[in-house]
Amino acid sequence: MNTFLLILINGCIQGSAYALMAMGMSTQYGVVRILNISHGEFIVIAAVTTYMLQSRTGLHPLAALAIACPIVFIISYLLHITIYRRAGRMSPNMGVFEGNAILISFGIYLIVQSLIQTNIGSAPMRYPFMMTSVNIGGVGFAAAGLFVMLIAIIICVIYTFFLSSTRLGKSIRAAAQDSQAASLHGVKINRIMALCFAIGGVLAACAGVLMSMKDQFSSTSGLGYTTIAIIIVVLGGLGSVKGAILGGFILGVVGYAVSHFIDSVFMISAFYLIILLLLIIRPKGLLGR
Amino acid sequence: MNLIKKTFWDATGSKVQSGCIIAAALALAFVPKVSSDVYTPLFLSWIMAYCIMSLSWSFFSGKAGYVSLATASFYGVGMYLQAILGRELPLWTNMILAAAFAFCVGIVIGIVTLRLRGIYFTIFTFGLTLFLNKFFHWYEGTVTRTKGRMVKPYDNITVFYSLLVLFAITVIAMLLLNKSKFGLSLKCIGQNEDSAQHLGVSTTKSKVLAFALSAAPVGAVGAIMCTKAGYIDPDTAFGLNYSFFPVLMAIFGGMASTYGPIVGSVIFFVLQDYLLRKPDEIMIFGRQIVVGDMIIFGAVMVIVILAMPKGLFGTIETLIAKRRKRAQEVPEDA
Repeated sequence: MNTFLLILINGCIQGSAYALMAMGMSTQYGVVRILNISHGEFIVIAAVTTYMLQSRTGLHPLAALAIACPIVFIISYLLHITIYRRAGRMSPNMGVFEGNAILISFGIYLIVQSLIQTNIGSAPMRYPFMMTSVNIGGVGFAAAGLFVMLIAIIICVIYTFFLSSTRLGKSIRAAAQDSQAASLHGVKINRIMALCFAIGGVLAACAGVLMSMKDQFSSTSGLGYTTIAIIIVVLGGLGSVKGAILGGFILGVVGYAVSHFIDSVFMISAFYLIILLLLIIRPKGLLGR
Repeated sequence: MNLIKKTFWDATGSKVQSGCIIAAALALAFVPKVSSDVYTPLFLSWIMAYCIMSLSWSFFSGKAGYVSLATASFYGVGMYLQAILGRELPLWTNMILAAAFAFCVGIVIGIVTLRLRGIYFTIFTFGLTLFLNKFFHWYEGTVTRTKGRMVKPYDNITVFYSLLVLFAITVIAMLLLNKSKFGLSLKCIGQNEDSAQHLGVSTTKSKVLAFALSAAPVGAVGAIMCTKAGYIDPDTAFGLNYSFFPVLMAIFGGMASTYGPIVGSVIFFVLQDYLLRKPDEIMIFGRQIVVGDMIIFGAVMVIVILAMPKGLFGTIETLIAKRRKRAQEVPEDA
């Protein structure tokens, strides 16, 4: 029972961070059709910003959200209106655009990654945050992790509410379903696309700030985050935000169970096996349409 | 001999083309004899290695329209095969073995994934490289308890000639396959898969076979280039750059022609080589900022895709077509 609790809660802590990462990527792919390989780099940018702020000024890490999110929002928005929109206009059809977008995002990944790495170094970073432990059912859990899970779940709820109930969220969903029909009904499609790409970036920034509170990271860990986000997005169904949240929690629990019982090196391999089976049995993902 | 002559003739088509190919191959073959620089053959070997990789990438992905990011997987598989068998067997057997092994891996992956369409295939092949990387990390950590492997080194000249032979075989095979019914059916799949199926092309079979065929030369390249590394570990063998660079080179050169990827590889490798050796610090706002070669490389990648979607060959072709059209129009006006 104790082991079960340990795996479930620690897995959910990890999973909540995964869900945030994947939600951003899911939004970017689902609406804008960009499978963003540089996604993890924005997570790292936010995490590094938090680290710098925390170690230099001693601010509460959550305050970094107010700084990292606007920065990443502006970068992503500019990236979309300068680069991706042009690529979209040039591509004859959606398939070509998706292929080009992956290659462009890999180019951006190279740029951002080596900018961070050459100017900050690749030493692991970590700052002390809520170093106490909380006792639940006889098992001790890191307080920082539970705090992260709480904030992450709040962000997930706010975001799904935003998508389902606000006017902007509805137009985003309309654009995801059929961008042409949406634009015929008065949705400003170009603005929505750029906005969605930027929102995806903001979610990545949130994930980065939260990840930095509980885990060690370095300037090279971006690609690992991207990989996990891609796996979750495929697992949940490409473009489905609820699928991303569900997939994030599932992978969190599975990953923690694997590293608890076998070896943490096996985590990615286990994820990959899940995807392999899923692609054979149900290629559209758990909640995909 | 006659058969070889005939195949070569079929592959190249025109006398000018075949003459150019033979001349280029001969010129390349004499470079190590003429040049006294030790580095030149190695430099040319790397160029040929990238040529072969981007050629085989464009053979499958360029035609069938499925963006594969599995090149690094096959390259790494070939590398590890050479690292494991290098001490027992000569290089040429390892080349064949690596090609055969990569072919088999390609078949398996193809059967699993090529029923999927579009982006899923790309995601899967992207993840495959990372998965193999992690798998070999685990394998070395728990089973063999080593970190990486030493590889039996070969001299630059041997490596150069092995690659030259492989390069020649690949180019001729690609030229032949492009003209065959098989190549046409692949092109048909790329243009419209549903109509290809209706026309009687067995799409899954063609795709799997083409994917596996495109994997084989890459495996052999891995086996050869491994001997120049001296020491390999999963991160060098399954580096993501090996997946993306061939794609970029093929797109840069243009995939409409067989020579496009070759031109693209040459230009890009020279650029990369130059960037690796240049000083890399610039001043922005009075602060020193380190600019690695990867930053410029990434920027070039983005610009190439934005500015030349048809590649160098395609752009030149459209320019020539425009000029011809203009030349034809002028007399009519007059």
